[in-house]
Amino acid sequence: MATRRRVAREFQAPPLSRADVEALSERHHEPDWLRQARLAAWDQYESMPMPTTNDEPWRRTDYRHINWDSAGVLLAANGGTYEDIPAANRQPLLGEVQGGMLAFVDDRLVHREVDKKLADRGVIFTDLRTAAAKYPELAQKHLMTHAVTPETGKFAALNAALWTHGVFLYVPRGQSVTLPAHSIFYTTRPGATLGHILVVLEDGAQIDYLHENLSPTLDSDSSFVGVTELIIGDGANLRFVNLQDWGHHVYEFSHQRARVGRDGQLDWITGQMGGRLVKAFMEIDLDGQGSWGRMSAVYFPDGKQFMDLDTQQNHNAPHTTSDLLFKGVLKDQSRSVWQGMIKALPGAQKTDGFQANRTMIMSSEARADSIPGLEIKADDVRCTHASATGQIDDELVFYLMTRGLPREEAEKLVVDGFFVPVLDRIPFENVRDRLMAYVERKLLGQA
Amino acid sequence: MGAALEIRNLHVSVENQPILKGVNLIVKQGEIHALMGPNGSGKSTLANTLMGHPAYEITAGQIIFDGVDLMDLETDERSRMGLFMAFQYPVVIPGVTVANFLRNAINARMKAENPDSKGIPIPAFRKLMIDKMNMLEMDTSFAGRYLNDGFSGGEKKRAEILQMAVLEPRIAIMDETDSGLDIDALRIVAEGAEKLTDSLDMGVLIITHYQRILNHIKPQFVHIMLDGQIVESGGPNLALHLEEHGYDWLREKQNGNGSVS
Repeated sequence: MATRRRVAREFQAPPLSRADVEALSERHHEPDWLRQARLAAWDQYESMPMPTTNDEPWRRTDYRHINWDSAGVLLAANGGTYEDIPAANRQPLLGEVQGGMLAFVDDRLVHREVDKKLADRGVIFTDLRTAAAKYPELAQKHLMTHAVTPETGKFAALNAALWTHGVFLYVPRGQSVTLPAHSIFYTTRPGATLGHILVVLEDGAQIDYLHENLSPTLDSDSSFVGVTELIIGDGANLRFVNLQDWGHHVYEFSHQRARVGRDGQLDWITGQMGGRLVKAFMEIDLDGQGSWGRMSAVYFPDGKQFMDLDTQQNHNAPHTTSDLLFKGVLKDQSRSVWQGMIKALPGAQKTDGFQANRTMIMSSEARADSIPGLEIKADDVRCTHASATGQIDDELVFYLMTRGLPREEAEKLVVDGFFVPVLDRIPFENVRDRLMAYVERKLLGQA
Repeated sequence: MGAALEIRNLHVSVENQPILKGVNLIVKQGEIHALMGPNGSGKSTLANTLMGHPAYEITAGQIIFDGVDLMDLETDERSRMGLFMAFQYPVVIPGVTVANFLRNAINARMKAENPDSKGIPIPAFRKLMIDKMNMLEMDTSFAGRYLNDGFSGGEKKRAEILQMAVLEPRIAIMDETDSGLDIDALRIVAEGAEKLTDSLDMGVLIITHYQRILNHIKPQFVHIMLDGQIVESGGPNLALHLEEHGYDWLREKQNGNGSVS
């Protein structure tokens, strides 16, 4: 029998240590409770193995090619400024106005503005470190305690231990804010950043919020280990748009989870464009009776990009409704995975859960996997899923070309049209336009 | 002088199956031709081949439009030269409104002529579209609907004629535009096409099974296709004759001429 040499690359952990946690906390003079929480999370992190392709949620996501020598070194600010961020992304969301802007370059807050109308209503929109110092009760109550916890997974624990920067958005009880909040994480150099977003809407509160992750494409691997926590009180209403346009050198590992109280509503839209490899867990818990959650995504990998979006819709109470619509277009040798689970707890009667993932493939070398799942423990429910994968329809392209559109423009129109049902859910026109521009850039091969 | 579409000894195969077996036809600007024939005789194959559909392979012959051999041209280039086809089965383009689509089509033409063109200004485009929609008795709400998405059969065909009206081709092929239309829709579509023929000095090739569209839009020439060839050409009376006698007399004539059946 012939022996075969195998390249035995392991699923390696980044070269980080407990000393990094202590140094980080020390450097920022963080309160003791936060330092303790970070160290406890580090212990949690160390007690867990790195996920491998033997673990079901990671079965299709092989990140062994990441070079932790560059991607695992904590990135410290290096004089980057607000103006480094592309102007299009800094643009106000509604014509000339927005409720607030919080921008980070590398791991540092470089810009903060909050409209007086928000401040007057008691809205807090600040960086997470400041929030931990100024509003310790709020931060301690919500930070990684009931949306994403350190036990959730290896990367969740790592973020809990070592988050480098973060956003805290808080809307007090009954306050309905019409001006949207906007935040940006931007990186200028290779390395590791660990960003955190914590949104808390008290009962009856309402706001629209856009967060963007982006960077230019650089030569050396980088990592982003992210956590997003959305806590939506009874009768509260959050519209959250999350755009990801990392350079093609970034590996993202993120856990994002929302908890929705009684009669609360969450409309969550994500656009995934960049990154070398993206593994994002996105989860909605409908905890309160009558709550509603919608998750929508457009994703468009090209080149050798890999995107794995792992969604879960948890119906934990009766009369809850969830609706998921993901749409992906794939070019070149890119790959996507969507695995979606709808769960209904015993007693979550009269729930209505729906999920659909549709992908359009523009190359014979691209591949899209769709893995829907249902886990229903209540008997009076309606939970359904749909998914479809197909090549871009040549008949549509031909039809448009007979009207004089060159092939690239015909394809662009077909792709735009494919994404429209999700784009129409984005409450900001200039963000819709920007996503369309990303799509055009992808189609023209300028990614 | 107007342009001509000249089809010379055209042989076309689909998946290596010969469908057209030597078609000869000349359509000049300002002329209206009807091409009739039973199902499967090759009429739609001819239409799709003229537009350059990739599934149709030309194995022999030529298509010349305005002196240019179309073999070397992509579908979109043929369109921009002034060739148009109204589809028998227009496809649904989800998420793309009629207005958005038409503006893209106009802009593609302007950019092909002048790469620096900014495209048609919105007010000018709106006026153009509303004028053409009025002509075709279309409700202007049509412009905001996704192209052919949820359209009735009649609406789809009207949308095809609207595109023709906006793009102003020199030669238009209407592939069974009459099929699936009730009598009112047929009148509107046919009258619209006829108006365009007059105002644009457009040449038209009407592909149809039925005589009835020819009551509304009068051809000067009628051709009959059987088994991949045009076997008979004549004036308007030929269509009436066909309506009365069917195709059998032509088949017999073919066989009598010694062709192997």
